[in-house]
Amino acid sequence: MSNSPANAPVNATGIGASVKRREDFRFLTGQGTYTDDINRPNQTHAYILRSPYAHARINGIDTAAALEAPGVVAVFTGKDIAADKVNGLPCGWLIHSKDGSPMVEPPHPPLVLDKVVHVGDQVAVIIAETCEQAKDAAELVMVDYDELPAVTTSPEALKDGAPLVHDQATGNLCYDWHLGDKAATDAAFAKAAHVTKLDLINNRLVPNAMEPRAAIGEFDRATGDYTLWTTSQNPHVIRLLMGAFVLGIPEHKLRVIAPDVGGGFGSKIYHYAEEAIVTWASRKIGRPIKWVAERSESFVSDAHGRDHVTHAELALDADGKFLGLRVQTLANMGAYLSTFAPSIPTYLYATLLAGQYTTPAIYAEVKAVFTHTVPVDAYRGAGRPEACYLIERIVENAARELGIDKTELRRRNFIPPSAMPYDTPVALQYDCGMFEKCLDQALNLIDYKGFPARKAEAKARGKLRGIGLASYIEACGIAPSNVAGALGARAGLYESGEVRFHPTGSVTVFTGSHSHGQSHETTFAQLVSDRFGIPIENVEIVHGDTSKVPFGMGTYGSRSLAVGGSAISKAMDKVVNKAKKIAAHMLEAAETDIVFEQGKFTVAGTDRSLTIGDVALSAYVPHNFPLDELEPGLDEQAFYDPKNFTYPNGTQIAEVEIDPETGVVRIEKFVAVDDFGRVINPMVVEGQVHGGIVQGIGQALMENCVYDPQTGQLLTGSYMDYCMPRADDVPSFIVQYHEEAPCTHNPLGVKGCGEAGAIGGSATVMNAVVDALADLGIKHLDMPATPLRVWRAIQDASVPLAAE
Amino acid sequence: MYAFEYHRPTSLSEVTGLVSGKEDAKIIAGGQTLIPTLKQRLAQPSDVIDLGAVAELHGIREEGGGLVIGATTKHAEVAGSDIVRRLIPELAELANGIGDAQVRNRGTLGGSICNNDPSADYPAALVGLNATVHTNKRTIPAEEFFTGMFETALELDEIVTAVAFPKPGRVGYAKFPNPASRYATVGVLVAEVDGAVRVAVTGAGPVVFRWPEAEQALSSNFSAAALNGLTVDADGLNADIHASAEYRANLVAVMAKRAVVRAAG
Repeated sequence: MSNSPANAPVNATGIGASVKRREDFRFLTGQGTYTDDINRPNQTHAYILRSPYAHARINGIDTAAALEAPGVVAVFTGKDIAADKVNGLPCGWLIHSKDGSPMVEPPHPPLVLDKVVHVGDQVAVIIAETCEQAKDAAELVMVDYDELPAVTTSPEALKDGAPLVHDQATGNLCYDWHLGDKAATDAAFAKAAHVTKLDLINNRLVPNAMEPRAAIGEFDRATGDYTLWTTSQNPHVIRLLMGAFVLGIPEHKLRVIAPDVGGGFGSKIYHYAEEAIVTWASRKIGRPIKWVAERSESFVSDAHGRDHVTHAELALDADGKFLGLRVQTLANMGAYLSTFAPSIPTYLYATLLAGQYTTPAIYAEVKAVFTHTVPVDAYRGAGRPEACYLIERIVENAARELGIDKTELRRRNFIPPSAMPYDTPVALQYDCGMFEKCLDQALNLIDYKGFPARKAEAKARGKLRGIGLASYIEACGIAPSNVAGALGARAGLYESGEVRFHPTGSVTVFTGSHSHGQSHETTFAQLVSDRFGIPIENVEIVHGDTSKVPFGMGTYGSRSLAVGGSAISKAMDKVVNKAKKIAAHMLEAAETDIVFEQGKFTVAGTDRSLTIGDVALSAYVPHNFPLDELEPGLDEQAFYDPKNFTYPNGTQIAEVEIDPETGVVRIEKFVAVDDFGRVINPMVVEGQVHGGIVQGIGQALMENCVYDPQTGQLLTGSYMDYCMPRADDVPSFIVQYHEEAPCTHNPLGVKGCGEAGAIGGSATVMNAVVDALADLGIKHLDMPATPLRVWRAIQDASVPLAAE
Repeated sequence: MYAFEYHRPTSLSEVTGLVSGKEDAKIIAGGQTLIPTLKQRLAQPSDVIDLGAVAELHGIREEGGGLVIGATTKHAEVAGSDIVRRLIPELAELANGIGDAQVRNRGTLGGSICNNDPSADYPAALVGLNATVHTNKRTIPAEEFFTGMFETALELDEIVTAVAFPKPGRVGYAKFPNPASRYATVGVLVAEVDGAVRVAVTGAGPVVFRWPEAEQALSSNFSAAALNGLTVDADGLNADIHASAEYRANLVAVMAKRAVVRAAG
């Protein structure tokens, strides 16, 4: 269980209490309402016909036979979309190349016109009375394809003569971007006593949310209103992107609802073609249209994650102080630019390359590359796991090369608390952090000193034991709008919150954040219970509906609490300020004499008081009310735009054992000590960390998205081949946190915890794996360290011995 | 899934009548392979004949000192059977390691062996334990039953009714599961049957096979050490993104030793 050294909860449902999840009853009893649970009167069903080829020209599409099939209502292709002047899916972030030119931004039509560029690309939509009828009819759609050569990896796509994904993207290059001071970095390397070099691949992942994507589009002829139900992490963003950019529907005529959503991990941030198709087509046919992805469809249509190929060099002086870091990364964008794709390998990656260290000079170059694969975008951590993996792998190798203990090398380079706030050479200002404290606590938890004995004991059993750690930092609480805008964001990144006190003392909170596993209905209610001193039962959290919530930017980048929670906090401040005025009037005292504590307004130094419920009633029944100064009602709204990113950080340590006969890696111990600032609900935080760590372990040992390099077919298109981590693949985690360095610039002091586990997890495990194999002379293994790959590495390393 | 006629007969004779009378009928037992195949539209049978209500195909009994398991007996039933646990406990363990709980609660012995997936566990059990496959027409020794990748000796209208296992001596099964699917990348069953040692390997090749060199070595010395230095040829073994042929050859040797340790333990 987590320790909570500070901030013992004031009330049993306030900040710091492990309140049980209020969502769980409906989820665990199968009573959630997901998009597929919603059925509209006269609803039809859509099936998307997808490209079986990675790259092909379409000479023609014959839909005549399909239109005659039983139950078919309509069949639409890219020509119909174009005829209605439906636009392509927009990209939400503009990156400029080194030379100042804007990134290449090819069109991304909801249904293709004459060319498909990845397996799964949308070719046609078949709408019928039932889903089965739509699928039957899809087989009758005759598409005349000329298959073309495909390319699936960034290095291959950049080669001369590689097949082009888009004619306008010469050499398949989207942008060639850089960050940092090249000259200073070159100078650092020139004076280095030692340089550690590392080539690594950050493997492509498929997000695999438990609930596949789904969408229902509906058009009301009477009012001209459109409604879209969709599996989204950010319904307002979808309303903006689809309404303003794709379909030309103004906000007041488009309602987007994201009801219960079963996980996202980033993959449900983006605006997808199917949302636009069902919304547009619902007007064409005058009936609601439901589309639900099948799991195999999710594999080829949900945006993937990661997929970096990187060369990195770390310059150190004779004492092991980091002097400079040089990084060249190729980032696979896939076939199109997904909504936030360009920002991931740039501003969410290279800006984190200082890690927890004082490295004074950093220079990163990133080329984003188009390939004939599913688009790649943010996936839990989004750029920051890639940065952490790079830094922590190269630091670990540097320690080994220099013969310095891995913990000692990190200590020599940590940014000390006394240096905070700290400006990194890659554009961020860390506000606070106690890096060595997390390391020490984690080392203590795992009994680092006892490791050599455990390694020797394992060796006696024929097993190779290794220990590895990662000290991670992330930029979360995304994001200060002006900073993001300067860096190319095409949207603001604030959040809204509305706190509506009802006449009889209950409260409804409307938040622009969206909960799809993050427990907002519990933790946000704790904020309210804590601030107003009212029972949590009296608080309802509403999210996920553009017609209810004033505005919202949604949930991603561990921003819900830091940004969304802060907006609620600001709105609560406004409620208290107004209520205080009302109380002063009712108590016939000066406002300055009124004290608000634990739900009560008291005249200081007296026993005269009113509950906040009494005040709320008076606000709505304003018989004894300062009507000449104040409006009735107690309903306040706030927008919160963060002043800086937040910087969650911590250290994870893993101990693994490798069976050299089979190459199997077992994780024997895993500890994490995190600094998330102030913690609202320790149990929820622990759950988030567990889930994140499992995804980190999944990337390190199991998950890998593999394309056939010749045909561009997805080889890991089902759970038979795409290996998801399961409960028996992981140990019981030991997770702790400290609250000694609360965020300095938001009202709650919170930093965010949703991505931390995934950010540190893969580096931690791979450092342990390489440590276990280091005695064999193995310096690096690419992820995932599958049994085959580990066994192969051991065999290759053992060849000289075997030959004797 | 394409439309088909669904039948749920209650007797074996009814089943055989249905099978012979239909153009392209498929028999379904637990459906763990057929249903996904149908859902992916990779098969379009005219008729699907469900064996679930044919009582005579189901159940576990002791017979002549050995074990007889009906074709539609589920993996979970084998795993949980007191009779199996008493006569061939390692067979119960093998069944308990198939797929996951959902698969074990639906999948059947007959369905598994008739499908003859090269990575299935049961073929190793049948061949290693020298079992006999009973059909509606004849009995077939296990080694003759499994003829190739997804192929068996069954004739078109022939239906497996049960599998008979003689009571063995020591038995050990060691499986290296595919990390994703948890099918056997390699599974090796080592058993003493009628005074001889049998070593059956599943997952490694296109079809289950015996490993004569290992059997010979274990006949004189039933210990893992007896297998030291023995290897199978990687040529002809299966290869995929999870395991190369060379890696599978290694796993055969490693799993064989572990199976012996289990058997001896």
